[in-house]
Amino acid sequence: MNTLLIIAGKELREATRNRWVVATTLLMAALALTLSFLGSVPTGTVGVGPVEVTIVSLSSLTIFLLPLIALLLSFDAVVGEIDRGTMTLLLSYPVARWQLLLGKFLGHAAVIALATVVGYGAAGVALAMGGTAIGHESWRAFAAMIGSSVMLGAAFTALGYLASTIVRDRGTAAGIAVAVWLCFVLLYDMALLGVLASGSGLGVETLNWLLLANPADAYRLFNLTGFKGVSAFAGTAGLAAHVQLSVPLLLAVMAGWIAAPLALAAALFSRKQI
Amino acid sequence: MTDFTAEVQGVTKRYGETEAVRGVDLTLAPGECVAMVGHNGAGKSSLIKLMLGLTTPTEGRIRVLGGDPASAACSPIRRRIGFLPENVAFHPSMTGRETLDFYARLKGAPCRDNDALFEKVGLEPAAIRRRVSTYSKGMRQRLALAQALLGGPKLLFLDEPTTGLDPALRQSFYAIVAELRDRGTTILLCSHALTELEGQADRVVVMNRGRKVADGSLATLRSLARLPVRIRLTLPTADIDALAARVGEGAALTRLAGGVVELACANDDKVALVRRIACDGPAPNIAVQDIEIVQPSLDEMYAHFLRREAAE
Repeated sequence: MNTLLIIAGKELREATRNRWVVATTLLMAALALTLSFLGSVPTGTVGVGPVEVTIVSLSSLTIFLLPLIALLLSFDAVVGEIDRGTMTLLLSYPVARWQLLLGKFLGHAAVIALATVVGYGAAGVALAMGGTAIGHESWRAFAAMIGSSVMLGAAFTALGYLASTIVRDRGTAAGIAVAVWLCFVLLYDMALLGVLASGSGLGVETLNWLLLANPADAYRLFNLTGFKGVSAFAGTAGLAAHVQLSVPLLLAVMAGWIAAPLALAAALFSRKQI
Repeated sequence: MTDFTAEVQGVTKRYGETEAVRGVDLTLAPGECVAMVGHNGAGKSSLIKLMLGLTTPTEGRIRVLGGDPASAACSPIRRRIGFLPENVAFHPSMTGRETLDFYARLKGAPCRDNDALFEKVGLEPAAIRRRVSTYSKGMRQRLALAQALLGGPKLLFLDEPTTGLDPALRQSFYAIVAELRDRGTTILLCSHALTELEGQADRVVVMNRGRKVADGSLATLRSLARLPVRIRLTLPTADIDALAARVGEGAALTRLAGGVVELACANDDKVALVRRIACDGPAPNIAVQDIEIVQPSLDEMYAHFLRREAAE
């Protein structure tokens, strides 16, 4: 346990040094604040609060941005250390390989968590000071959005680690990271939409499973259908009624998307000949 | 339980088609400083990686400090091992102190001893506070040595430790190595700089294309190699013919620059030859002004063993 913390702490410190933490936090805060100000513009008589508007817009943006940041942060984690020669030395220390991998992952996940909580939290503070009365339920939805964003970031960090462990070359790892982002974030939904639009008899059951096969979709469903106020505004109330995926299941799927790539990466890494 | 610090038995390591290490046997005893020499790609670093447990042997068996270095329960073993890799790299954004503290914590060594280590390897307090990215090659090498010495290792692997070090630092480096060896640490040293290993290593292991081609003390290797000893004499040009007559068939005579004559002879004949030259024999007398005996250097022996290997 101690070893994990030592490695995670070093990773976090390094990320702080090379401005990763500052840059991502500022980026997240800037976007969140912009969207929350836009959201607090009177929304007419639809009857949704500014928090719901912010959640919908912010979670849609998070789906694109956070996986990209997570992959950029993580694709270099293993292959880069092997490349630079720091890995040989580290592995000659009394550290198990899974400890090294998990420790580094915890450090990177902490960077994502820090940036998300501080960045989006700033938007929350701005909303609270906005003067409109905001209900308890809305705040819970907002907190859930931040929490699930951290999980989304962690899932793509884990995928980045897997890419970083599989290959022997940094360029290839970067390529895989970009491909992962394109596939999961852009192409997957487009393909799914295409299949649905073509009118092929895709059952609800199959659709449910297909949505779970992508961490970004699990995140989207969790945030847009998990809370009544949000789904009303997002126009996904109808979808929410159809999709029979409960909140615990969606959370479990996202946790699985963190654990599975990481476990696979650890298994591959411990067999890797450095 | 054996008395050896490290034991390598019939170890072969294949990476795909290429054989990095082929059937190597090697034992390292406590308090022994062993030098491993060989070309790039001779299998030195591969052998060290095997002994560190970074890779596992394709064939054969390795035991280090009484255990398998690649096993899951190797942490207690690794705590007693120091390693200075070839082309050492550190995380550039951390300072010297943070780097050493990090490695000390990983090894379970107390961080309060780090100041003494910095002093030992000659890193100034001002340098310790700076980031590693600003370090010169020499400073990085000092930091690398400091991390290898963390926790007082029983076994020390040094892969090309003196590359990039200035002569003064080399001296202090070998002083540290000698001190450790006297305290019972086993040291395995890889180097290209063969001449500087003379007088440092108790034993020399010559590697070539993954094989161990020679193993023994310098004296043993010398007698094995049967390389000629060279005797250099400074004498007036007029006396050279007389010298040649007196030396006879036993040695080859070459004229070098500056009125120096070099005689090459077998090691066993050396004393008799010197006696024949120096002691007054039949006239005419030879006015030898200076005499110098040159033993075959490690470089020459190394070249010899490689030639022999190639001929086989």
